[in-house]
Amino acid sequence: MTSLVSVIPKLYQEYTTKTPKKLKIIDAYLLYVFLTAVIQFVYCCLVGTFPFNSFLSGFISTVSSFVLGVCLRLQVNPENKQEFQGLSAERGFADFIFAHLVLHIVVVNFIG
Amino acid sequence: MPATAVAKPENGRNKGIFHNTAGFSTLITVTVLSLAWLAGFASRLFAVIRFESIIHEFDPWFNYRSTAYMVQHGFYNFLNWFDERAWYPLGRIVGGTVYPGLMITSGTIHWILHALNIPIHIRDICVFLAPVFSGLTAIATYLLTSEIWSRGAGLFAACFIAIVPGYSSRSVAGSYDNEGIAIFALQFTYYLWLKSVKSGSIFWSICTALSYFYMVSAWGGYVFIINLIPLHVFVLLVMGRFSQRLFVSYTVFYIIGLLLSMQIPFVGFQPIRTSEHMAASGVFALLMAVGALKYLHSLNPKGQWKQLLIVGGFLAAVAVFLVVVLLTYMGVIAPWSGRFYSLWDTAYAKIHIPIIASVSEHQPTTWSSFFFDLHVLVCTFPVGLWYCIKNINDERVFVALYALSAVYFAGVMVRLMLTLTPVVCVLAGIAFSILLDLVLREDEMCPPPVESEESKSLYDKAGKLKKRPHETPNGASEAGLGMNVRSGTLIAFMILLMLFSVHCTWATSNAYSSPSIVLASYGNDGSRRILDDFREAYGWLSQNTAEDARIMSWWDYGYQIAGMGNRTTLVDNNTWNNSHIALVGKAMASNESAAYSIMTALDVDYVLVIFGGAIGYSGDDINKFIWMVRIAEGEHPKDIHEADYFTERGEYRVDSEASKTMLNCLMYKLSYYRYDSGGSPPGYDRTRGALPGNRGFKLTYLEEAYTTEHWLVRIYRVKKPDEFNRPRLPVAKRTISTTNSVSKKLAIGPGTTTSKRRKGLLKNKPTVVKGKKVARLE
Repeated sequence: MTSLVSVIPKLYQEYTTKTPKKLKIIDAYLLYVFLTAVIQFVYCCLVGTFPFNSFLSGFISTVSSFVLGVCLRLQVNPENKQEFQGLSAERGFADFIFAHLVLHIVVVNFIG
Repeated sequence: MPATAVAKPENGRNKGIFHNTAGFSTLITVTVLSLAWLAGFASRLFAVIRFESIIHEFDPWFNYRSTAYMVQHGFYNFLNWFDERAWYPLGRIVGGTVYPGLMITSGTIHWILHALNIPIHIRDICVFLAPVFSGLTAIATYLLTSEIWSRGAGLFAACFIAIVPGYSSRSVAGSYDNEGIAIFALQFTYYLWLKSVKSGSIFWSICTALSYFYMVSAWGGYVFIINLIPLHVFVLLVMGRFSQRLFVSYTVFYIIGLLLSMQIPFVGFQPIRTSEHMAASGVFALLMAVGALKYLHSLNPKGQWKQLLIVGGFLAAVAVFLVVVLLTYMGVIAPWSGRFYSLWDTAYAKIHIPIIASVSEHQPTTWSSFFFDLHVLVCTFPVGLWYCIKNINDERVFVALYALSAVYFAGVMVRLMLTLTPVVCVLAGIAFSILLDLVLREDEMCPPPVESEESKSLYDKAGKLKKRPHETPNGASEAGLGMNVRSGTLIAFMILLMLFSVHCTWATSNAYSSPSIVLASYGNDGSRRILDDFREAYGWLSQNTAEDARIMSWWDYGYQIAGMGNRTTLVDNNTWNNSHIALVGKAMASNESAAYSIMTALDVDYVLVIFGGAIGYSGDDINKFIWMVRIAEGEHPKDIHEADYFTERGEYRVDSEASKTMLNCLMYKLSYYRYDSGGSPPGYDRTRGALPGNRGFKLTYLEEAYTTEHWLVRIYRVKKPDEFNRPRLPVAKRTISTTNSVSKKLAIGPGTTTSKRRKGLLKNKPTVVKGKKVARLE
């Protein structure tokens, strides 16, 4: 347990030094999306889920934005080059846009 | 059929020869696939050629009726359609209780063809939809198999799936049902899933989700996908095959697929509320946890991360499982529904849900039907499975899981044979491809001993020169196989394949191509007689009964009465309301007077029973009757007892030894009323091989309205209360005393009064002139 506590500042240090700036921007976006999801969830716990489809579409749209952001981050990370062969960063971004297009058409349909 | 028989050897041989000439192999691929499409299409047309272009069986009639409704009234009206002709007096909200994929597909085809000025009737589209989709299934299977193994195996698999009886049983022309398009969607979704796991691209995951959406809109079997893919991911995790590609493909597929599946009104919020879908969300959470741990690990590769990773992953799995169990107990998530329970505990349905157990396609599969539906494939697919497991990779884990789960489900109920068939074709394709590779590769070293190469000798040489240096080391390892053994094997397997296609054609033509609403019987001299009693009866209903007449029949015939007779039914094949069906079952199982009170309570005008005794048709209502009794007993245990309908020795019979309850129940009476056909002695029941025990009775509360030519369908009219409860008077006494002055006046009345006066016209009608006083009437 003690090792876990001591390792956290180390991890933070590693993160700040090693991560490229591009990925940090994505991480900031991910944090923002995550907080949005948390706010929605807390709101729904306090107020209730009445238009359930609206809550669901809002919440799922943030979750999927988060997921897509993570996937984009994985794909543009230069460390994962050999994992995603044939997928350039640009291709990853185009896929990301396409996924968001599909996602938000459905969300708009579902939100009621 | 000869098309595929030719296509198969051709593909196997050429694959070896033209291995590296891309253009030629594409040409062969396209040729074989289109031939497979053609063969699959052609072999499904038996029903149309023998009978006519007609919708088959039961459920397709509802699909056809709602498709026609959608084409006529538009999509939005279809989604909001409240069908007051079904489930009288409850009605049915069709838009919210149906998988609309099938209707939308054929509606779209109809719309496109009409936009191109091809005036085709919607019925023809519905009839030919399944055969056309079988070709698409073949292509999807080809793609799937080439992802797993090789293109040659893919071609084999495509040829197999195009004609295999296990699939054509559900997709002959006229069988317009969800499964016809769903198997295509199933295979295509699996193909896209493997593609996305392989590449790790978001694009393919989104395509998987979209294809999954189509599957959800088409068939309830989508639950198979949403459990199999998480199972694949979970097994990969357990095997330590986690990769970032897997993470990308599953998380994107799951979340988008979840959202998309909730767009179908019938599915609604089920994906987050029921246990059937919880495995997928659990695996999603697990994958997220594992991904996060892996990421932390990559930040700081030193330290005791390995243990932490395992412990963390394990804890996450346990936590997810506990949360799901807790939510189920709290009632947030609905527990497994009865239909799914019956998959695990095969005796469950028999005890708790007789209505599911009563359907013949929900019975456990017999061994012979495995062979009948799959023929040689059932013997060869374990070979393919073994090779897949031997040379395992991420995709082959999937196909192994697919095969194992599908074999289990196919064993549980006959209907799920359909999910087994595609994977068997895939694996058998792999097995045959391996075998032919082995046998034919060496044919290039020594001159080809089997089958003349005729016109292709020129290409053959060119290919051979190039290949020889590559092939020699491979061939040397197989040098133990003598030429005779090789050619013998080859010939044996060609004969097997030939027999397979013969069997497929035979099975499709004889077992699966009967429309079941038109029956055919063969005389001793081979002449064919068409028994068209069903349509005769439904036609009579539509012509001779009131527009809003309510017809009571067992639920099997509900869709047909609505589709062909266009009359209101009480229960139909949707079977969503068990107690309503039980009420109908109770009416059929009670004696006449008790049944009459139920029928008046339900506003029944006509009763329709199917009676096969005259022609020996075994699927009639008397044979189904025991299920009606069971279902009725489930809801009304005080009034109906199953044991009353059996003899003391527990036999189910209709002759003079049958129980008294049986001989006096409504179903018995309606079946055998006035029955005197069926050979010698007159009134002999050919289906059950017995002389009915109760004959020559009279009906009090019903009267015979119509009986079809071969006694197959019998329709009775329910009498109104004033028709039977007044004392019968002899004709001589039927005069009415006419001393009453009022009646006298009335009797004279019509003769003397003018028609003008009766209509209520004014005599001396005042004419109104503007500005003048109206003349007064005296």
